[in-house]
Amino acid sequence: MSTPGWVDAALREHEEQAARDAGAGPLQPHPRDERNPGAPQPAPGTVREEQVLARIDRARRSRPRVKEPRITMSHGAGGKASRTLVEAVFLDAFRNPLLEPMEDAARLEAGGASLALTTDSFVVSPLFFPGGNIGDLAVNGTVNDLAVSGATPLYLSAGFILEEGFGLDELRTIVTSMRDAAERAGVQVVTGDTKVVEKGKADGCFITTAGVGLREPGRLLGVATAQPGDTVLVSGPIGDHGTTIMLARGELDIEADIVSDTAPLNGLAAALLAVPGLRAMRDATRGGVATILNEIAAEAGVGVLVREDDIPVRTAVRGAAELLGIDPLYVACEGRLVAVVDGAQADEALAAMRAHPLGAGAASIGQIIADPPGAVLLKTAFGGTRIVDLLVGDPLPRIC
Amino acid sequence: MCLGIPGEVVELVADQPDLAKVDVSGVRRMINIGLLADDPPKPGEWVLIHVGFALSKIDEDEAAAALEFLEGIGQAYEDELAALQESMIE
Amino acid sequence: MKFVDEFRNADQAHALAAKIASLCEPGRHYKFMEVCGGHTHTIYKHGLEDYLPESVELVHGPGCPVCVIPMGRVDDAMHLAAEPDVIMTSFGDMMRVPGSNGSFFDAKASGTDIRMVYSPLDSLKIARANPGRRVVFMAIGFETTAPSTAMTVLRAAAEGLTNFSVFCNHVTIVPAIKAILDSPDLRLDGFIGPGHVSTVIGCRPYEFIAADYGKPVVVAGFEPLDILQSIYMLMLQLSRGQATVENQYTRVVPWDGNLVALRAIGQTMELRPYFEWRGLGFISHSALRMRPEYAQYDAELLFKVPGVRVADPKACQCGEVLKGVLKPWECKVFGTACTPETPIGTCMVSPEGACAAYYNFGRLSRQRVKEVTRS
Repeated sequence: MSTPGWVDAALREHEEQAARDAGAGPLQPHPRDERNPGAPQPAPGTVREEQVLARIDRARRSRPRVKEPRITMSHGAGGKASRTLVEAVFLDAFRNPLLEPMEDAARLEAGGASLALTTDSFVVSPLFFPGGNIGDLAVNGTVNDLAVSGATPLYLSAGFILEEGFGLDELRTIVTSMRDAAERAGVQVVTGDTKVVEKGKADGCFITTAGVGLREPGRLLGVATAQPGDTVLVSGPIGDHGTTIMLARGELDIEADIVSDTAPLNGLAAALLAVPGLRAMRDATRGGVATILNEIAAEAGVGVLVREDDIPVRTAVRGAAELLGIDPLYVACEGRLVAVVDGAQADEALAAMRAHPLGAGAASIGQIIADPPGAVLLKTAFGGTRIVDLLVGDPLPRIC
Repeated sequence: MCLGIPGEVVELVADQPDLAKVDVSGVRRMINIGLLADDPPKPGEWVLIHVGFALSKIDEDEAAAALEFLEGIGQAYEDELAALQESMIE
Repeated sequence: MKFVDEFRNADQAHALAAKIASLCEPGRHYKFMEVCGGHTHTIYKHGLEDYLPESVELVHGPGCPVCVIPMGRVDDAMHLAAEPDVIMTSFGDMMRVPGSNGSFFDAKASGTDIRMVYSPLDSLKIARANPGRRVVFMAIGFETTAPSTAMTVLRAAAEGLTNFSVFCNHVTIVPAIKAILDSPDLRLDGFIGPGHVSTVIGCRPYEFIAADYGKPVVVAGFEPLDILQSIYMLMLQLSRGQATVENQYTRVVPWDGNLVALRAIGQTMELRPYFEWRGLGFISHSALRMRPEYAQYDAELLFKVPGVRVADPKACQCGEVLKGVLKPWECKVFGTACTPETPIGTCMVSPEGACAAYYNFGRLSRQRVKEVTRS
């Protein structure tokens, strides 16, 4: 019985990678190479944990490649697989200086104006859920991507892919919600498109949007500017939307008083923009707050240290998460932003957010540190520390 | 397969002795209490929930005793810390 | 959250940690194994090891029932799922376990009807709703979960359902502990006993560990204070030269276990003569299968499974990590070829596995953590 081919392939690939990394510095021979199997355990200190961690670090920094021949649900979860897919397939193909920052919106200069451009697709199931529907998500989500980029959202496009058999009443409800959401956010839907596909080829209704906004020229916001000493803030309790959707799917037979937090954040973002020490804002969607913290750490080459006790989570969301064995840090939001501000202006930023109705639950959750770079650490309520890595797979309810 | 969560029984189902509704921090779910048939839980009692079944009742007296022990340890620790600090003042 | 938050008090943790430290004899190194994957998860999730003195080491044992399923059995499950009219239902933990040709997740991407369920009862619901399809439930777990599968089968029988069956991979904890104890290259001072398995089997089954091997056992709850208190109780026993079985988790675990649960298992299942555990090899009387009287609910009899044995990859050192002989970072392929995204062996496959827990949560040297969080 031989080992499956994929294991040998994985090993070979890493040996080749290690050979390529040889220029990065000599790695001491692994003690196991020099011992017989079955010999007693190495004495403490013989194998240097640090060396292995360095080896892992190099492996993690190596060029992203998508090894799977097919798309899986992990690629859409917002975690590691999503990131790898985007970097290895899309960024690789389209590469250009405007795309590379990979922020929530692209920063463009055109005809003397400083613009922000973003696009989004909405495939949520079920289409209608406590707190809103796909239409609300479509408008608010697009507005938010522009808002956290420091732009004033102005115009949206809305493309619809409709499944044969989809109810007109439902479509009208969705579209009415979009109209109301656009009004609330102060934007206009100025162009659109409609396509119909056969039954079974779309889950009722998919919506794609693009959004354009106007930026302050010269104002440089971006997670790459985060520096040690900065404070990390969140605008309210996390995990509401993802939990609502999971429960609304009905498969888990759970009832709870949780509603989606979908909301337009441009007012809140504008309040934060007035704070001079603002480095960046990010919209916490798929992959949750944990994904954003990891993006900050990776892009800026800094560490992020957050305190579990300070992260706001609604009781019911915490209860549902415990029941299912998932971590609220990885659960999607649709109306929350994460902000990084100069530590000196943290109080001002917090006050600015709390003055806004959507920021009533805002909290300071942690700070940027110099070391270890690229890592997100969590100080548990219990006082211990653990790493918060990028999500692997989907936050499937855990049993164990 | 160890994830067990404490939940409060809030409702029994009239014609289905095997079922009960539980509440976990405001989240509610129907679970099967068939494994506790020898001593079925009543509303207000707490159970340990695992994959949709109640595995065991949570004994509130034992829980209180456990917490008392822990608080005692905590208090003894604080007393010791205080004593340590006082002796350091000299 | 009641019965949860009270057991996560940081001050009491410091107090317990101080008491543990005060019992450490100078020059002596203590190694305790926690058998249960849920304990491994708690330890890493709350950073419990930060509380323990340097001389107290926790060794992570084989208590992750997902991790110990051999690749051949995963292949069998994938084969079942691929049958044209089958709806395969499984817990979330099982979805990413790789067989020879991918995992449930990958099969789902290729169009196989595999659905995630929270409870075997959900699987039964799917069977009722799809009378034209055959629903298979991938049953995994130790004695904690076996009663739920048993009750579900009994329910199916009572309802006269003919399109529901179980692919039974339940394993039992005691033979695994015995295999560890009989391992020549191991030095353990005591065991943190599995909390939820014990609600079913009680505490008596561990008495042989104390009586025959002279090691103390404390059955522990799953909150951080539970585990710290259990370590303290172990240290106390050692300091007094004792070796007995104690129950720290008295609020949940009855000494005699759950008779209704044991009866349900006994009625529907029997022990297999032997079963292969990934990383540990064949262990006799360590796993369950459906009884002949319930053959119509046994997926292995209803369908033809390949039953091919697939050897653990040579590079994989899971066996030694599972027995606590090697630490995760001491495995040659840890973190490079074997990561949570691309797991080769059992310890990386589930978030409870020692390697996955370490990679996801603990992957920083303690020194650095101390420097960073000194606040």
